[in-house]
Amino acid sequence: MLIKVLGPGCRKCLETEKLVQEAVRESGCEATVEHVRDIAQIAQHGVFTTPAVVVDGEVKSVGRVPSKADIKKWLGK
Amino acid sequence: MKPIQTQACCPEASAAPAQTETMMKYVLAGIPLLAAWWLVYSNLEAFSGWFAYDLLKLSHESHFGGAVAFFVYDTPKVLLLLTLVVFGVGLIRSFFTPDRTRKLLAGRRESAGNVLAALLGIVTPFCTCSAVPLFIGFVTAGVPLGVTFSFLISAPMVNEIAVVLLYGLFGWRVAAIYLGTGLLIAMLAGWVIGKFRLEHHLEDWVLEIKAGENAYTEANMTPPQRIRYGLDAVRDIVGRVWLYVVLGIAVGAAIHGYVPEGFMASIMGREAWWAIPVSVLIGIPMYSNAAGIIPIVHALLEKGAALGTVLAFMMSVIALSLPEAVILRKVLKPTLIAVFFGVVGFGIILVGYIFNLVI
Repeated sequence: MLIKVLGPGCRKCLETEKLVQEAVRESGCEATVEHVRDIAQIAQHGVFTTPAVVVDGEVKSVGRVPSKADIKKWLGK
Repeated sequence: MKPIQTQACCPEASAAPAQTETMMKYVLAGIPLLAAWWLVYSNLEAFSGWFAYDLLKLSHESHFGGAVAFFVYDTPKVLLLLTLVVFGVGLIRSFFTPDRTRKLLAGRRESAGNVLAALLGIVTPFCTCSAVPLFIGFVTAGVPLGVTFSFLISAPMVNEIAVVLLYGLFGWRVAAIYLGTGLLIAMLAGWVIGKFRLEHHLEDWVLEIKAGENAYTEANMTPPQRIRYGLDAVRDIVGRVWLYVVLGIAVGAAIHGYVPEGFMASIMGREAWWAIPVSVLIGIPMYSNAAGIIPIVHALLEKGAALGTVLAFMMSVIALSLPEAVILRKVLKPTLIAVFFGVVGFGIILVGYIFNLVI
């Protein structure tokens, strides 16, 4: 599973990345977490408010810090 | 407000009774809270006088007594106002996602589009670090360039924190002037930029992005979710801003009697015509949010700087900044950035002069 956190590196983006890391660790999923900072790549996902979370190519949330419970739901746990 | 969302977007349709129950809880908790808010707010002045002159036994004539009374009155007043307004704006914002704003603006003609974009800039939740992705999202969805700029100018500059702080510290007139001129600058600057027809000054890769690919829409929020959104906004914004508010009021109180009246008048007073462009130029490399700049604004106004000059300075600090130019450089060619800064800076200077003439 590939999870991408999209965001240029602001406070909320870093918070989101941290939550995703924690959720992955706690649920014991096999998942790679990647933080995409490049604006062009972010735009390629059709996302225009950050932070956004993309799980296996599917955009799960945009423009907010998701809750850990939400993230775990996306992980299928 | 619609009573219950009927979209079959999620398997939570069966959760409707639980939703009504949560809503009831919020309403039941909200009414006494609002009453308490009002009670505290309306008694602040009496309390601050009692605190400074009766409890601490400071003299009515002393500078220190006046400063203490001012601080004890203004700090809770501004924080209470801020809490209520941020919550209210949070509720409104839960109805305006950037995605919805984009759809409202796409294909809009200029002029009407500029007005709408500037207004939507107030209510659309927007974090400054999203400026560039948002810019791309708007332009690729067919929002005209000038209309996009109206939004980008208005969103950081005309915000509820600035308006509440100005209202709490300097009265409704200053707040209204700021709100009105901020919107006007956003509308006109966007319109002017649109007239220059600078679409080819976007970086090429921006135009190659297909609009709406994989576009994602958030499910509609339920009423309790909206309330939680408002509460989160209060926690987030008031939590970040309260220190600046306290600092701003303390600065105002501290210099109240100690720095000579009219200290700034010769440098930033109404007669110093060159003060406005210089203030704007100084303001551009500085970057701060509305709350951070308030202590400085307070100190300047208190000591005789002219209102127009100070507002121009405040607007240039909030609306234009070098870090922003660096970020925007990824999508805009240098000419377009120069036009953006030039037009907005010019508008701010103009507003400064008009105020110093009128008031």
